[in-house]
Amino acid sequence: MSEPLFDDLYRELILDHYRRPRNRGPLPAPTLQAEGVNPVCGDEIHLDLDVSDGVIRDLGFWGQGCSISQSSASMLTERLKGRPLAEAEAVTGKVRSMLVEGAPPDPELGDLAALEGVAKLPVRVKCALLAWNVLLEALRQAKQAAQEERHG
Amino acid sequence: MLDIARIRGDFPILGQQVNGRRLVYLDNAATTQKPRQVIEALVRYYETSNANIHRGIHTLANRATEQYEAARGSVARFIGAAGPQEVIFTRNATEAINLVARAWGDASISEGDEIVLTVMEHHSNIVPWQLLAARKGARLRYAGITPDGRLDLDGLRQLIGPRTRLVAVTQMSNVLGTINPVGDIAEMAHAAGALLLVDGAQSVPHLPVDVRGLGADFLAFSAHKMLGPTGVGVLWAREELLAAMPPFLGGGDMIAVVREETSTWADLPHKFEAGTPNIADVIAFGEAIAYLESIGMANVRRHEEELTALALERLGRVPGLQIFGPASAAERGGVVSFAMEAAHPHDVATIADGYGVAIRAGHHCAQLLMRALGVPATSRASFSIYNGEDDLEALIEALEGVNRVFGEGRERAAVR
Repeated sequence: MSEPLFDDLYRELILDHYRRPRNRGPLPAPTLQAEGVNPVCGDEIHLDLDVSDGVIRDLGFWGQGCSISQSSASMLTERLKGRPLAEAEAVTGKVRSMLVEGAPPDPELGDLAALEGVAKLPVRVKCALLAWNVLLEALRQAKQAAQEERHG
Repeated sequence: MLDIARIRGDFPILGQQVNGRRLVYLDNAATTQKPRQVIEALVRYYETSNANIHRGIHTLANRATEQYEAARGSVARFIGAAGPQEVIFTRNATEAINLVARAWGDASISEGDEIVLTVMEHHSNIVPWQLLAARKGARLRYAGITPDGRLDLDGLRQLIGPRTRLVAVTQMSNVLGTINPVGDIAEMAHAAGALLLVDGAQSVPHLPVDVRGLGADFLAFSAHKMLGPTGVGVLWAREELLAAMPPFLGGGDMIAVVREETSTWADLPHKFEAGTPNIADVIAFGEAIAYLESIGMANVRRHEEELTALALERLGRVPGLQIFGPASAAERGGVVSFAMEAAHPHDVATIADGYGVAIRAGHHCAQLLMRALGVPATSRASFSIYNGEDDLEALIEALEGVNRVFGEGRERAAVR
């Protein structure tokens, strides 16, 4: 019997980010920090951001979990480094559309399009989304801080 | 030797293909599949006997009541209970343990009392005691495990003291498969004047368990892990304990006389079965017990022990695979947890599924044990009477597939 193929889910790009995670480890002086755990499977992502003038200057992540959760986090840091906060929000929305609604990957997602195959496995979607939910939490903190600054 | 081909023929679900391959079901510690005899009993009950039990005068009500109580009798016989009055039907093993924590615990536990557990417990044998301890100001103490995944009996002995009111321990770990020496633990508990609750969710389906020799005061287990339907659990306890305990839930069927302010309780076992129970599933559970009895629990155990020995040997040869728990199949049930260097347990389970092999990955509702083992999660294969060597071969093939897909990572992990 022929071997099952996993090319659609475990694309080379995903395995590459899993084996050689980019931007792994905490930042020396983060301005934003968030973390998230998936209670069902124990996957864990910590995210540090260095934001100034509305631009993400640097990101660092660490944690533990499956190839999907860790590669998604690695690709997130690579995609958003040096990008404005508003873009981070827009990209998160596009990742969600691809994973949750099964929309074809937006060209702006770049390497993140490799996660497309996860959409077909509902139980693994939460793995891919974990880092993005952590990012949303960090963005929420950034907005709150900005608001306090305006009113304070 | 079990006639596996004949047994498989009784399980309609096993006849299907998953991802183009024969379904290989190795998630039996989560729930087992159901033989045709059990499925047919459900249909037969609804087609011929459906009525509410215990209060009806008409023919169907009598028939349903007789079948329901006959199933209770089967359970009592199966575990060697003194009689059907010692068998309480609940929703699952979890509810059975919660029943003890509420009905016995609220009446018996005071501030400063101690409840001794083990880090090997399923969350269902931890959280009810945490809730009880919080209500009463009691203290939980946990026995640890040895490096090879056995219960640390010396540590347990030292934890049990004059303040210990209850020891609650699993007879078989749902992660490591470790079979605990319940008899020895019962002696320790009783010598300190404490009671012993045994979580039998994994053991009763796979080992001959006789409460007369077990030494336990309470035993909890679930029907769905032993070929029966979901939605039925059992609490067994010695009659004098049950008689002294206040009710758990209040409502119909559990009362004798109801007045405006107070009521009196029905006799055992009905005192603990408020409201209309899960009649159909209890009756079908009786068929599951009949099925297991027709094979014989000693034969079930022998088959699963042989398969486990084979699994330990073959899995041990898969590169980069580490097995948790005792090395000898004689000391464990048919549950094998493992980690693969190349891939996370969730990736292992996803790839195995691609081969039609159903295994489980995660913390298995045993986060304390995961911490004791120093891993976030494990992959777990668990066996039942319909599993054979061919299932093991399919698992090995899938795990070799894991190493192929994640292969490069294994080499790099070694370098890092």
